[in-house]
Amino acid sequence: MSTSQNNALILNAENLKQHYHVKQGMFKPDAVVKAVDGVSFTLEKGKTLAVVGESGCGKSTLGRMLTMIETPTEGQLAHLGQDLLTLSKNEQASLRQKIQIIFQNPYGSLNPRKKIGSILEEPLVINTKLSKGQRKEKALAMMAKVGLKEEHYDRYPHMFSGGQRQRIAIARGLMLDPNVIVADEPVSALDVSVQAQVLNLMMDLQQEFGLSYVFISHDLSVVEHIADDVMVMYLGKVVEQGSREQLFENPQHPYTLALLSSTPQLSPDKRRQRIKLEGELPSPLNPPSGCAFHGRCSYANDRCRSETPLLGKAEEGHFIACHAVEENRMKPLAVGVA
Amino acid sequence: MSLLQLDNLSVTFGNFRAVDNISYKVEEGEVLGIVGESGSGKSVSSLSIMGLIDFPGKVSADQLTFDGQDLQAMPEKQRRKLTGSDIAMIFQDPMTSLNPCFSVGYQIMEALKTHQGGRKKVLKQRAIELLTQVGIPAPESRLDNYPHQLSGGMSQRVMIAMAIACNPRLLIADEPTTALDVTIQAQIIDLLIELQRKKKMGLVLITHDLALVAEVAHRVIVMYAGQIVESGPAAEVFRSPKHPYTQALLASLPESSSGKARLEALPGVVPGQYDRPQGCLLSPRCPYAQEQCHKVEPENQGPLDRQVKCHTPLDIEGRPAA
Repeated sequence: MSTSQNNALILNAENLKQHYHVKQGMFKPDAVVKAVDGVSFTLEKGKTLAVVGESGCGKSTLGRMLTMIETPTEGQLAHLGQDLLTLSKNEQASLRQKIQIIFQNPYGSLNPRKKIGSILEEPLVINTKLSKGQRKEKALAMMAKVGLKEEHYDRYPHMFSGGQRQRIAIARGLMLDPNVIVADEPVSALDVSVQAQVLNLMMDLQQEFGLSYVFISHDLSVVEHIADDVMVMYLGKVVEQGSREQLFENPQHPYTLALLSSTPQLSPDKRRQRIKLEGELPSPLNPPSGCAFHGRCSYANDRCRSETPLLGKAEEGHFIACHAVEENRMKPLAVGVA
Repeated sequence: MSLLQLDNLSVTFGNFRAVDNISYKVEEGEVLGIVGESGSGKSVSSLSIMGLIDFPGKVSADQLTFDGQDLQAMPEKQRRKLTGSDIAMIFQDPMTSLNPCFSVGYQIMEALKTHQGGRKKVLKQRAIELLTQVGIPAPESRLDNYPHQLSGGMSQRVMIAMAIACNPRLLIADEPTTALDVTIQAQIIDLLIELQRKKKMGLVLITHDLALVAEVAHRVIVMYAGQIVESGPAAEVFRSPKHPYTQALLASLPESSSGKARLEALPGVVPGQYDRPQGCLLSPRCPYAQEQCHKVEPENQGPLDRQVKCHTPLDIEGRPAA
C-alpha cells in the first residue's frame, strides 16, 4: 500500500472485542464483561473519527486497545496494512511510537515531580538514540508548535493552567512523530474559552502533520465540529456509525436521537424535541437480552427484547443496528421544538 | 420584596478578592443562571450566601437579605436554622458530597431531624416520599444503601432529595450536572425545573454550560474574575450580548462556527491572585480594548434589568459603541 496516497488507510479495525473476566466468589463461575463487543472501523490519513457514548459504553477501552495498552480478546487491528496483534514485542514497541494517546485529565496525566523538559524528552530517551542537545532542541521546537514558551522548559506541571497542561500532553504525544493520536476526552476538563484554544490547536496540528485522530468524547457539539466520521457506542456495541453529515443531519438510531436531544442547544431553533430517556446504562455484568438499549427505548417490541440487532447498512457509509429502523417503525421527529 | 438580595457582596481571602462587589437578586419562582469560567467566583459567591466561607475568607456586603431578613445581622444560630431549610444547596460532585460512612436514608433523615424534628417512623416515611419525588425506583430498598452503591445520577437525585427535604424557598445548584452524562444531565435538569415550578422555589443555577442556561434560565448573570460583567434576561443576553466577554464565550462554543472552521478562541486565561490587571479586568484579553480600558475600571451601565460593565458596550450587531 502506498502511503503517498491521500486517502491511505491508517488504521483498520475489524470486529474488535475486549472481554474481561470478573470473579464473583469461590463457587460461582466467572462473569464476563463485554467492554467492547465487535467494533469495526477504518481511519484514513488526516481524518478524525469520533467515538461517542455515555460513560461505561466502552469508548475508553477501545482507545486503550488501539494504543496497544491492552490486547484485544478477539478481532483484527491493522496499522498501514500491518497487523498489530501478531507482532513480536520489539516490533510492537516500534509501532507504538506511531500511535499515541492524550488523556482526559491533564492534572493527572503529567508527573508532578518532573519538569516539562524531561516530560517531553522521556519518549525520546526511551525510543531514540538522540543526544541530550538534540533532544532539548526537539522538545523546544515542539513546545513552540503547541504555543508554549521557551522558559516553560524548566517548570513543573503545577505551575501551569489546565489548558497549558493539555498543550503539554499534546506536545508529549507528538514527540515521536506519530500518525495516529487517540484523544480520550481531551477537552472535557477545560473551560469553554480554553476548550476552543485546544481544539484549534488540535486542528492546526492535524493539518500540519497530516495526523489522524480517534477522538473519544461525550460532548456532541465538540464532535460535530471536529469529526469526519462518528461512531455511537452503547454498552460495548456500535449502534450507529457514519459520516458527520449522515449522523447529525439524518440520525436514525433511537439512542443517537436521544443523545442529540439531550444535548443543550444555545439557539432555540436548533433544539430538538426532547426524547426522555428513562433509567441509566444497564450493568455490563448483566446486560439485557436482545438489544441492549430496549429497556430505555420507546420503540422496543418483543423482537427487540429477544433478538440482538446487527449493524446494517442504511445508505453508503451509514450503518445502524436497530430493529425499529429496519422495520420502519419509527416516527419522524421534529427539529426546532423547544 | 425579592427572595434574595445581594448588594456589593465581596469575599476576600487575605489580599485576594475572589468576589468583587457583586449585586443581584432572585425573585420567587425564578430561575437565575450564573455562568463564567472556573476561577470567576461563581461558587464562592454562592457559598457566601450559605454562610459556608471559613477563615481566612471574609464576607462583606452592604446588603445580604433573604426574604427581608438580614443574614449578616442575625445571630449565628438563627442563620444556621435558615440555611438548610429555607435556603438549600446542591453541590457539584455528588460522589464526594455524600458521606460514605452513612446510609442514604440516615443522611436524608438527619437533615429532616435537625430542622423539623419528629419521630423516627415519621421521618422515614418522609424520606421515602422524598426519594419517590426525585424519581428513585423502589425507594424503600434504597434507604439502607450507602453512597458507593449508587450511580452518579442516583447520588445526585439523593442530593436533590436532601436539599428539598425541608421545602426550601431558595435552591442553589452549583454545577449540579457537570459530573454526569448528557442523558442523565437532561433527566436531572428536568427534575430540578419540575420541582422548582411545583414548589415555586427560586433557583440559582451555577454552571459553565452556556447552552444549558440558555435553555432553562429566566435571567442570567455572566461573571468574570469575581465581577458581574453582564446581566439580563437569558434570551436577550444570548441573542445580543453587550459585553465583549459574553460575546467571546458564545463565539468560542463549537456550535457557533460551522464546519471545521477554527473556533473563535479568547486568548489567555482568567486572571488569578497575582496577575490582576489595572482598569477593566478583561482588558488584556479584550479585542476591543482601548486606552481607558487599561486604566479606568468601567461602571455598570444600562437599565437595572440589563446591566453591562464595559466602557464601550456592544451594540445589536456586536460592535463596540464609539
